Amino acid sequence: MAILVYLETENQSLKKSAPELASYAKAPSGSEKTIGLCVNAKDSEGFNAYGLDELIVVGRPAQTISAEEVGQLVAAIAEEVSADKVIIGSSADARYYGSLIASRLGAAYIPNVTGTPEEHNGELLYKRSVFTNKGYAYTAARATKIVIGLAKNAFEVRENQQPLKISQRSFNFDAPKVQSEGVEKANGKATIADADVVVSAGRGLKGPENWGMIEELAEVLGAATACSKPVSDLGWRPHGEHVGQTGKPVATNLYIAIGISGAIQHLAGINASKVKVVINNDPEAPFFKAADYGIVGDAFEVVPALIEKLKHYKAQTA
Amino acid sequence: MKILVCISAVPDTTSKINFTDNDTRFDTQGVQFVMNPNDEFGLTRAIWFQEKQQAEVHIATVGESTVEPIMRKALAIGATKGFRIDAAPVDGFFVATQLAALITKEGYDLVICGRESIDYNGAMVHGLIAQACGYAFINTCVQLEIEGNQAKAVREIDGGNEKLTASLPLVIGAQKGLVEESDLKIPNMRGIMMARQKPIEVLSAVATEARTVDVRFERPKAKGEVTLVDPNDLDTLIDLLHKEAKVL
Repeated sequence: MAILVYLETENQSLKKSAPELASYAKAPSGSEKTIGLCVNAKDSEGFNAYGLDELIVVGRPAQTISAEEVGQLVAAIAEEVSADKVIIGSSADARYYGSLIASRLGAAYIPNVTGTPEEHNGELLYKRSVFTNKGYAYTAARATKIVIGLAKNAFEVRENQQPLKISQRSFNFDAPKVQSEGVEKANGKATIADADVVVSAGRGLKGPENWGMIEELAEVLGAATACSKPVSDLGWRPHGEHVGQTGKPVATNLYIAIGISGAIQHLAGINASKVKVVINNDPEAPFFKAADYGIVGDAFEVVPALIEKLKHYKAQTA
Repeated sequence: MKILVCISAVPDTTSKINFTDNDTRFDTQGVQFVMNPNDEFGLTRAIWFQEKQQAEVHIATVGESTVEPIMRKALAIGATKGFRIDAAPVDGFFVATQLAALITKEGYDLVICGRESIDYNGAMVHGLIAQACGYAFINTCVQLEIEGNQAKAVREIDGGNEKLTASLPLVIGAQKGLVEESDLKIPNMRGIMMARQKPIEVLSAVATEARTVDVRFERPKAKGEVTLVDPNDLDTLIDLLHKEAKVL
């Protein structure tokens, strides 16, 4: 049996999540062969550091791939290489094609997995987050095949140099039922999904005209910008920036919340982040209970000062 | 156009999450259940189609009789008929199999599920239904227009949006954006009275096995106290983020 790990690509490069997924696939020290699968990757040569035995690169004329097509491809290759485990990530796309792969394979599907499985009474239990990070379930598969969705930032990248066999091939896709009419995406801007740092602001900023300093702070940190629900409901910021239970989930290394009180719906969406910093002038704001570091102070004084300090710090460490 | 909105009853966001029976079961004691927020955005869009495009909106829930108050709320908002598949929802695959059997029998043009339920966060039921029924599938849908047999949709992707088209029948994963928070309907007294007369058909579950089982649960470890930093001493914050938290 083999382990197949699907690695997303963008502009012919493997995405940032690829080393994490490959490391996770390789982590169980068993003798199972680990095979990576990706579409249209040009720069896969340097990818031998993460312990995969083989990387299958599927070439296709179209630069993008739809969820339906990923479903077709991953299921077919999993059958072909006799994979009983398929590992995927937790991007917006992965949460689209995950169930399609599982359905085609007749597999169990366990998403939001936060680590390597543990053995219990002869079966493997996968720890996954449930109740929007307010709990964990230890879940066992009751099917011979399993699709595992690894949560973002849940597993450390492990270097594991090994010769990597790269096989190029093609694949005949069936016509998908859903057609893409084009993608709108801000180019070169860090996204909430990929950024290591997210700078988020709330109603405490008093109005959309005050976001300049938030964007500047984000720029200094190479961060994505986000906002609380009231701010997106008021139309101060675009919907795509809304993070929280009904917005985008955040699982970043560093989350900086400015002028956000910390409603439970907001905290639910961001508490998978590793380190949380809160800046708020109200010491009673619930966010202080959920944060690692806090500053009680006026955002309009603290944020500009922090930008200057960080510029200085970056200049020193550069 | 015949629309089915799949609704799940989930703990209110403010609920304390506890586990019982040696941490093998979610403790529902004292928990207030509500309609899954993502389902509610979808339901509201469905009612829009009912009001503007003469669609007929049904709802379905897999659950025991305790979910009926949530179903009545959906009927009070405007759906005309409910189906309750009488079984405890074991896992996403089990739920999807039940709903797919109903959809195959009734035949719907549009099936709306929330992009995920806020209890188990599986985000799989809609995709499994689409695959089982052979319907087109659009996830994280933030805009949907239907003309005749054609759907035009926008889905949210990481860092942007994608425009999509598909022919009906279609399954979508609904979320905020499909309608705005301010569009959500609070049932009025007339709606509540009418909902009492609307049928909820109780169906027995079709035979199927769950593909996953939650063996036990765990609460997150208690978080340590916040470290407060003086606003006039931001160097200390940067130092802590660099040396202690190792994120700078």
